[in-house]
Amino acid sequence: MLEIGLISTLNGVLFGMLLFLMASGLTVIFSMMGVLNFAHASFYMLGAFFGFEISRHVGFWPGLVIAPVLVGGIGMLVERYGLRTVHKHGHVAELLFTFGLTFIIEELVQMVWGKLAVDYRVPQLLDFPAFTIFSTEYPAFKLFELFISIAIFLALLLVIKRTRVGLVVQASLSHPEMVGMLGHNVDRVFMLVFGVGAGLAAVAGVIAGPALVTQSNMAQSLGPILFVVVVVGGLGSLSGAFVASLLIGLLQTFAVASDASLADVFGELTGNGPLIAYVSDIWNVTVAQLSAVMPYLLLVLILIFRPRGLMGTRET
Amino acid sequence: MRKLFVSTAIALSVFGATAFHAAAEDTLKIGYVDPLSGGGAAAGQIGLNQLKYIAEEVNANGGVLGKQVEIIPYDNKLDPQVSLVQVQKAIDQGVRIIVQGNGSSVASAVESFVTKFNSRNPGKEVVHINHAAIDPSLTNDNCSYWHFAFDANVNIKVEAMTNFMKANDAIKKVYLISQDYSFGHSVADAAAKKLGAEGSSIEVVGNEFVPLQKVTDFSPYIAKIKASGADSVMTANWGNDLQLLIKAAGDAGMDVNWYTFYAGLAGTPTAIKQASLEDKVFQITEGVNNIDYKPMQDKVKEYMAKYPDAPIYYPRLFNAMGMVFKAVEEAGSDDPVKFVPKLEGMHYADFIDGKEGFMRADDHQYFQTMYISGLGPLGANQPFDEEGTGWGWKVAATVPVDDTIVSTTCQMERP
Repeated sequence: MLEIGLISTLNGVLFGMLLFLMASGLTVIFSMMGVLNFAHASFYMLGAFFGFEISRHVGFWPGLVIAPVLVGGIGMLVERYGLRTVHKHGHVAELLFTFGLTFIIEELVQMVWGKLAVDYRVPQLLDFPAFTIFSTEYPAFKLFELFISIAIFLALLLVIKRTRVGLVVQASLSHPEMVGMLGHNVDRVFMLVFGVGAGLAAVAGVIAGPALVTQSNMAQSLGPILFVVVVVGGLGSLSGAFVASLLIGLLQTFAVASDASLADVFGELTGNGPLIAYVSDIWNVTVAQLSAVMPYLLLVLILIFRPRGLMGTRET
Repeated sequence: MRKLFVSTAIALSVFGATAFHAAAEDTLKIGYVDPLSGGGAAAGQIGLNQLKYIAEEVNANGGVLGKQVEIIPYDNKLDPQVSLVQVQKAIDQGVRIIVQGNGSSVASAVESFVTKFNSRNPGKEVVHINHAAIDPSLTNDNCSYWHFAFDANVNIKVEAMTNFMKANDAIKKVYLISQDYSFGHSVADAAAKKLGAEGSSIEVVGNEFVPLQKVTDFSPYIAKIKASGADSVMTANWGNDLQLLIKAAGDAGMDVNWYTFYAGLAGTPTAIKQASLEDKVFQITEGVNNIDYKPMQDKVKEYMAKYPDAPIYYPRLFNAMGMVFKAVEEAGSDDPVKFVPKLEGMHYADFIDGKEGFMRADDHQYFQTMYISGLGPLGANQPFDEEGTGWGWKVAATVPVDDTIVSTTCQMERP
């Protein structure tokens, strides 16, 4: 019991941090620009493929720096020549714009790298088990993931709360005209923010690419889970997203570990008949089978009982 | 003037259409209805490459009954509804041979659609060549005269795989893990019944279902398998669900043997190599490249040189098309009504090993020699590796045709 508890906690924390790594860029863009970026997962995929391509020529580590810079640049171009034009038509137009972008990026990635998975490897330097608990090994690369995730969290928090840049960015969202009057270029601020968000997505891609599967459908398969992280954490709250990632990671991991079903709680169903046969299917479903639904259940509950999320400040 | 213009335009378009139609009439049209976009696109594209390759080869040798073979792709997005629209579209364009395979839900929709269509449209019959869907119901309770299954169904594969496992004394505790949908359940049910049968020396220590294509992190499942004390895992997972599962096992350093159905699919050998599971992952298929049979190896080399980006193919698709062409030639007609009776009961030398298989007339299930193979470093006379990993599939056991035969509940309704 201790064994499964300890290992589940560890697995949950590691998965939660991976989720945060993936969701951090999304939160940044939303909290500072108010744009719900549907193309986030696509930037994440671009990061993974750029990282793969660079790792083939000059190695993983340069890729970890170059790929996010490139994707960040693409993000800025998208903001400057796409999003900014669409912006004046309101949030729905922005949403649809980024939604359309996901399909374009997926198609482009398929054209360049094909539809099959590419062989993106963990760097040699981190390709060893870091420690062993109850005969389960934990690879060093996963700890690296954890470390990067926490570093990004702290760095972002510091920049937003404690620096002038952070102040200007925050002020640009709520009082763009005033910030403009004070001599700051609001448009350029937004462009930079979007670039940073896209770059963060790419960092997640470069790191998750070797750990998971780098394939042209990876943006799709990442799915809506990141939105759950952002909404549960509180729209636009970085600390909220951090806590929500951990919560979802732990929730899902512990759900998988549990084999309890309604039958265990209330006893086996007795009797015959069509109704019993129908209900017995539901009666015997284990918590483990429902693990993938858990985050969405949490999402629904949060929206009902605490619409602004765990740490959000706004109602929307 | 204007009237003249309009009537000329109409006349031109009518003539143009018939002229085009006449030209197209001379080909043997094969409609390929499989995913060419979305999640299943990789698998669908491989099948299309292969069909085009087969058609080019046949056409270079004069075609079938003097007709050139034309492959027309229809993207079904792996969706049963879209598939039916595409099948109808294919029929409207004069296609009478539908090749489809990916997804049992799609196959069963197409099978019943084709059966209904044929009973309502005598003289326009269409045949459904299923090259991959292996839900047993397709050739059992829902069997159809117009459907032919060329891949061994779940019952056959589970039977062969479990017999192989039972013969291995080192296997004591098996953990079953499958995707939570019809195919996963049919494998898990059949395997649990076979392995847990009376007198079996094997204990089933877990029977887990994972949500289909939704899991990113498989380490909690690995922790569970470990806690169960299993020495072997049998899984029906495919695609990302298999790749991520195997990578998570590699990360955790879990030392078990893997018995799979789809470890040969694109991307999975790469994941197995990345997880360093040397000679630990087995699959059951109708054959692998490293079987020592020269005609197959020569052709495979030629194929791979042509499609270096996707050097994967399905041996059964070669069998399926070879048998259809043979039936058409024997019948002297490409009308399904005439060539389907030739296809029933046909004996055929398999592409992969030259050994004879047969299409059982009772249920239209093809029976062929099956192979259990493991992935690892190559030995002598094993020229093919997978996906540039340096590791290839090596035969671990051969299951002769006679040992693959299972009973069927099919009560075929013949027209």
